[in-house]
Amino acid sequence: MMRKVYSNIDQIVGNVITVKADDVKYGELAEVKSSHGTSLAEVIRLASEEVSLQVFSGGRGISTGDEVRFLGRSMQVSFSENLLGRIFTGGGQPRDNGPALSENMIEIGGPSVNPAKRIIPRNMIRTGIPMIDVFNSLVESQKLPIFSVSGEPYNALLARIAMQAEVDIIILGGCGLKYDDYLYFKDTLEEGGALSRTIFFVHTAADPIVECLQVPDLCLAVAENFGLQGKRVLVLLTDMTNFSDALKEIAITMEQVPSNRGYPGDLYSQLASRYEKAVDFEGAGSVTILAVTTMPGDDVTHPVPDNTGYITEGQFYLRNSRIEPFGSLSRLKQLVNDKTRDDHRALMDGMIKLYAQFKETLEKKAMGFRMSDWDTKLLKYGERFEHDLMDLSVNVPLEEALDIGWEILSDCFDRQETGLRTELLDKFWPAPD
Amino acid sequence: MMAGKQGKVTGITGNMITAEYTGDVMMNEVGYVYVGEKKLKSEVIRIRGKHAELQVFEQTKGIGIGDKVEFSSELLAVDLGPGLLGQIFDGLQNPLPELAAKCGFFLERGVYMNPLPEELAFEFTPVAKKGDAVRRADILGTVQEGIFTHRIMVPFGLYETYTVEKIADKKKYSVRDVIAELKDPKGNIIPATMVFSWPVKRPIDAYAERKKPAEPLITKVRIVDTLVPVARGGTYCIPGPFGAGKTVLQQITSRHADVDVVIITACGERAGEVVETLREFPELIDPRTGKSLMERTIIICNTSSMPVAAREASVYTGVTIAEYYRQMGLNVLLLADSTSRWAQAMREMSGRLEEIPGEEAFPAYLESVIASFYERAGIVKLYDGTEGSVTIGGTVSPAGGNFEEPVTQGTLKVVGSFHGLSRERSDARRFPAIHPLDSWSKYKGPVNAGKVAFVRDILFRGNEVNQMMKVVGEEGTSLEDFVLYLKSEFIDAVYLQQNAFDPVDAATGAERQRYVFDVLLMIMVTHFSISANDDARNFINSLRQKFLDWNGAEWKSDKFKKIEHELRAMVYEKAHETKENIDDRLKSLFDDTAVLIQE
Ligand SMILES: Nc1ncnc2c1ncn2[C@@H]1O[C@H](COP(=O)(O)OP(=O)(O)OP(=O)(O)O)[C@@H](O)[C@H]1O
Ligand SMILES: [Mg+2]
Repeated sequence: MMRKVYSNIDQIVGNVITVKADDVKYGELAEVKSSHGTSLAEVIRLASEEVSLQVFSGGRGISTGDEVRFLGRSMQVSFSENLLGRIFTGGGQPRDNGPALSENMIEIGGPSVNPAKRIIPRNMIRTGIPMIDVFNSLVESQKLPIFSVSGEPYNALLARIAMQAEVDIIILGGCGLKYDDYLYFKDTLEEGGALSRTIFFVHTAADPIVECLQVPDLCLAVAENFGLQGKRVLVLLTDMTNFSDALKEIAITMEQVPSNRGYPGDLYSQLASRYEKAVDFEGAGSVTILAVTTMPGDDVTHPVPDNTGYITEGQFYLRNSRIEPFGSLSRLKQLVNDKTRDDHRALMDGMIKLYAQFKETLEKKAMGFRMSDWDTKLLKYGERFEHDLMDLSVNVPLEEALDIGWEILSDCFDRQETGLRTELLDKFWPAPD
Repeated sequence: MMAGKQGKVTGITGNMITAEYTGDVMMNEVGYVYVGEKKLKSEVIRIRGKHAELQVFEQTKGIGIGDKVEFSSELLAVDLGPGLLGQIFDGLQNPLPELAAKCGFFLERGVYMNPLPEELAFEFTPVAKKGDAVRRADILGTVQEGIFTHRIMVPFGLYETYTVEKIADKKKYSVRDVIAELKDPKGNIIPATMVFSWPVKRPIDAYAERKKPAEPLITKVRIVDTLVPVARGGTYCIPGPFGAGKTVLQQITSRHADVDVVIITACGERAGEVVETLREFPELIDPRTGKSLMERTIIICNTSSMPVAAREASVYTGVTIAEYYRQMGLNVLLLADSTSRWAQAMREMSGRLEEIPGEEAFPAYLESVIASFYERAGIVKLYDGTEGSVTIGGTVSPAGGNFEEPVTQGTLKVVGSFHGLSRERSDARRFPAIHPLDSWSKYKGPVNAGKVAFVRDILFRGNEVNQMMKVVGEEGTSLEDFVLYLKSEFIDAVYLQQNAFDPVDAATGAERQRYVFDVLLMIMVTHFSISANDDARNFINSLRQKFLDWNGAEWKSDKFKKIEHELRAMVYEKAHETKENIDDRLKSLFDDTAVLIQE
């Protein structure tokens, strides 16, 4: 049956239009046809016969006489292998030259996994980045943000992880992505031959703000379904601060009372309902989420990084083009780093402790205090560590990174100065050449 | 008309619906919104004219204008009876494993299951006899629920005096079978089963007298018990920035705390954390009972992606079940993680109701709601003279880690003990990251207060030296100050910090705390012959190593005794005074010192 068409828009405020209609359901989608084209809109409020809809392409250019046709369903996305290698907008439309997909439509923003069906995560995802693999291992089904000051190469980092991570499928969600960055991702994955296992949902800075809000849900609905089919899926989201700002913008046009610096009171729940989609399905696949959160003003107490930190399982701090060893934390690492190599945990702890001492020495040096022999050793160690392991260009498997760690230690210190256990030293301390 | 009160949906925003109703509607009564085949549980939160506003405990997608609403005439309530222990519920008391068995991986809305199903059966032993006069909460009989004798009581909602007309024989019954018939003063017969319900937002008040919390509740976390103790029947809070260790601290407490029953309310936090508990607890043995830890635990789990309105209800579900087990004469600990998420759920609802917002958009009644929640903790004398208690510990997740915010401040006004976690300490991996100087407690702990004050003073002054040293460097610090600083760091390293992953160190009983604390004091008061900073550092470091080894030795084991002996030897050797001098000083400073009795 054709659904009724309404053409009497009563009110247009920001991205929200109000129309009188009956038999409409909460959360239902509609098409709004204006002289600028057709846009999707979602029902966000019902009051008697008055229906308020959020128009994906925004309110601009919509006229009171435009047609609104209800679709009798909520927001969906096609789910099949045909998604692989494809690029879509935040409205779910093709952004590449491929055909629109309409087979096997699935709901987005679906219910959460029953906690009783979850299992304790147990597989490490190797990235080839020592600061992750050795010091803060990424675990399958983890949700982890990259806290970054704007200007840091966070997209380059994401692209590298996408290229190297040992997963089956990569889903990249762009929220307010700069067009150049979008092209950068596309080209990098294409060159690396990873495009065929990647799906893009990209909202660029030029696209309507409401579409930005759909991106994580589209990505995660698709990821979840691949996960249920046994695939290990890595979802990369950039930048969740843009997503949160879109929430803020919409909340303000809806005249909601803001709770903190203009952000709506439900920012936590909104972010959590996305991040909690990270899961390891017993007997099937998994969804892992890595998400960039730029920190306005390098302030981790800003509502977006702050709420994120309360939701995720640790965080990576990207600062001075490096993943900072302090502050960065993978809360799940201890679930996996005891199954890699005997020396992994001890070396991780030992090297970080020495690096902390190096930082203290740097401070002392800056204050003009005298440098002892030990300080000189630490200075050498710190530089080596930063250059040979921390630098983002270093790209080696975990085992090699551990070997490099031992080399650095043996170049800078005597055995007993490392504070490592004798049995480990016997086994791993490099022989003098 | 059978269903009596009905209504029709006239408006929807987010998880709030407006319904036009006929008949009478009660504030906070439960209603069901029909959407297709399903009915979604809701609660009336405002009534205006012929319109009732309901918060829906589920996603509202797909509800339409005109959809049917049914009112139940009942307040949001939980079922109370034997068989709750060991279960995992959502915020509305739906058993999650049973839901999973029925619906699979995902939580399906509108599916409600019985928390205490028909199949559940217990052997009932009657206590009351035919003809007895009984009142609410009087014992009709008992059943054995795992490790506890569970009292089957006269339902708390029966406010008269009743005559026992019939009482079941000692036999196994379904929890839903009638085990007694009670006659009210008018001669009506009221059948009683092992299960009855109680509205979650009303404190269970079936006791003779409420008492002042006086006994310490031993958590076996040293910094808590010694510096900022918790009392049985008292309240405490753990505010702290993200990642500072709130959840881990509650997990440790849920394992080791010296209580009968632990109720864990995971309120708006990560599902993964609950999974750790629910997968590990069945495997862990409770040293008090020799049984699995799960047998004394109930998990209420409304994690962050589950519906927000049910999150608001979850803390009440938790505390009501806690009060119920208190009525058995048991000591119950309710842990809520995080109360900020609960407050945020209230904030969301208040926003939808367009109430005038208070600070940070929290509702103006936030403080009084927090106060009345913590007020449900307490130690009570029951009608039969036995005592039971509910202790409440809640985490707070302040925005930006700044305690100057409404939830932290509202909580600090009412709790008896404050365990503030510091970012500095957690960054330095000094766990538990409770700030030893900023935190406080109004309760009496297991360790002598004078001794604690002495140590606190060292911590305070040591910290001052440390601050100063940051400016003038080690060179500019006197040897005496430097030693003071090392001593304060020593206390921190060997006593305040505790390794949650070491099987022995993870839990320190009260007796051991007192004992070890005395040795610590002995080290603190001893005058050492120390020549220079490096000498001091080396000595304290080696002493620290020894002490940490000691922490890892089983209480009173041979190893424990051996290390203690070595530790003492190190101290006496480095002291520039005799053991007798040290003992005399201790005696003059403190009246009871276990160290003196030793050796
Ligand atoms: N007692 C402890 N011993 C060792 N490590 C700890 C301890 N407490 C916390 N940690 C470390 O800190 C991490 C974060 O702790 P936790 O999850 O308890 O923080 P939280 O305060 O609950 O944070 P959030 O507010 O984000 O939930 C843990 O994953 C662990 O690595
Ligand atoms: Mg936590």
